[in-house]
Amino acid sequence: MDFKNRDIISINDFSKQELLYILEIAKQMEQKSKPDLLKDNILATLFFEPSTRTRLSFTSAMEQLGGKVMGFSSIATTSVKKGETLWDTIKMVQSYADVIAIRHPVEGAPRLAAEASSKPVINAGDGANQHPTQTMLDLYTIQKVKGKLDGLHIGMLGDLKYGRTAHSLATALSHFNPTFYFIAPQALQMPQTYLDELKEKKVKFILESNLMKVVKSLDILYVTRIQKERFTDPLEYEKYKGVYKLDTSLLPHIKKDLKIMHPLPRVDEINKSLDDTGHAVYFEQAANGIPVRKALLALVLGKLK
Amino acid sequence: MKKELTISAIKDGTVIDHIPSNATFNVAKILDLEGITGIISVATNLSSKTMGKKGIIKVGNKSLTKDEADKIALIAPNATVNIIKDYGVKQKIKVEIPKIIHKIIKCSNPNCITNNEEILTKFYVLRKEPLRVKCHYCERNMEKEDITLL
Repeated sequence: MDFKNRDIISINDFSKQELLYILEIAKQMEQKSKPDLLKDNILATLFFEPSTRTRLSFTSAMEQLGGKVMGFSSIATTSVKKGETLWDTIKMVQSYADVIAIRHPVEGAPRLAAEASSKPVINAGDGANQHPTQTMLDLYTIQKVKGKLDGLHIGMLGDLKYGRTAHSLATALSHFNPTFYFIAPQALQMPQTYLDELKEKKVKFILESNLMKVVKSLDILYVTRIQKERFTDPLEYEKYKGVYKLDTSLLPHIKKDLKIMHPLPRVDEINKSLDDTGHAVYFEQAANGIPVRKALLALVLGKLK
Repeated sequence: MKKELTISAIKDGTVIDHIPSNATFNVAKILDLEGITGIISVATNLSSKTMGKKGIIKVGNKSLTKDEADKIALIAPNATVNIIKDYGVKQKIKVEIPKIIHKIIKCSNPNCITNNEEILTKFYVLRKEPLRVKCHYCERNMEKEDITLL
């Protein structure tokens, strides 16, 4: 499978075989260090909005493979402030770097960047749309902690309306015969368009607002934050924040091998008391960003086939 | 009484008939007629037995391709497109909604890059009836009622 020069823009662009291949390369990356693999290569990290995990893990992944990193983490110091278009910014950056990771608050910006660039572009998150490397590391985590991806009972909890991680993960997992439990207040439930897609793919799903009704069936519970920044009406946010708060009172009701995931940052939806119970895998999940991003960087730069 | 043609027949070119009256100018706009050197006639609010009122566009010395004709399917799905050669109908084209729609429509997502930077829109047609399209950039699905022309 040749990924050289391939853009990583949307999880929808990847087949089941391609996803499994990326996970396999990520596993190799985790098992063996390759400190010179991307020597003489430069990654540009163009972060038009703030991020901690994603930017740092891209930087760490590139540097662990011997590459260099340049970029910006806010638009305050860039020509974008002067009114430069994204198209022009990318046309300039592509001559300075070998690969570009872009995060942008405007949806579709990474797709446009990829069209402007002759170098591969990796989407590091565009508004409420896509964050494909997060989805790939989520898949990698599930495969690692459960030993498989097929036939799992997956609960998704929290803001399923605006949460892009939940949307993309549902799309990616639908290749693997899952049963989904979408657990959210009705106003924050999974959008109809995603439910229609799942129906077309004959994927089983249940809509529920009460976690306790379904929690005993779950192999994975994927918790998301109610994202303040996605609400246009602050009153709406106040109504739903803190609606789910998981703590150790959950333990008597769950499978022994239930794993709890969260893309982080968490606010108060998972209490710290759950961190050391053997169920929480969210910090491991964040750490898995490194091998997955290493794999993607090496693949799109054509250093691995 | 002798029936008088509102707009004259053309020798060579394209005649688009049975356009809903209120869509006539939008059809003209979509066809991107600027720069064509032949005579272009646009008539609207003409009486029609089947439609009540209708519009007609005649474009001299230009044969529309199937792709060009298909662009109007979104707003005039029942329009007829006839290619004229030497005053006779040489070819009839049935307009169909294309698989990919370039330009023409606007993304309904205000946070889509197409509404924030000057670029041409592009949509994939997921379903023709009722129409559902997906934005190439922000990946939002739009239903028929959300679709507006640029």
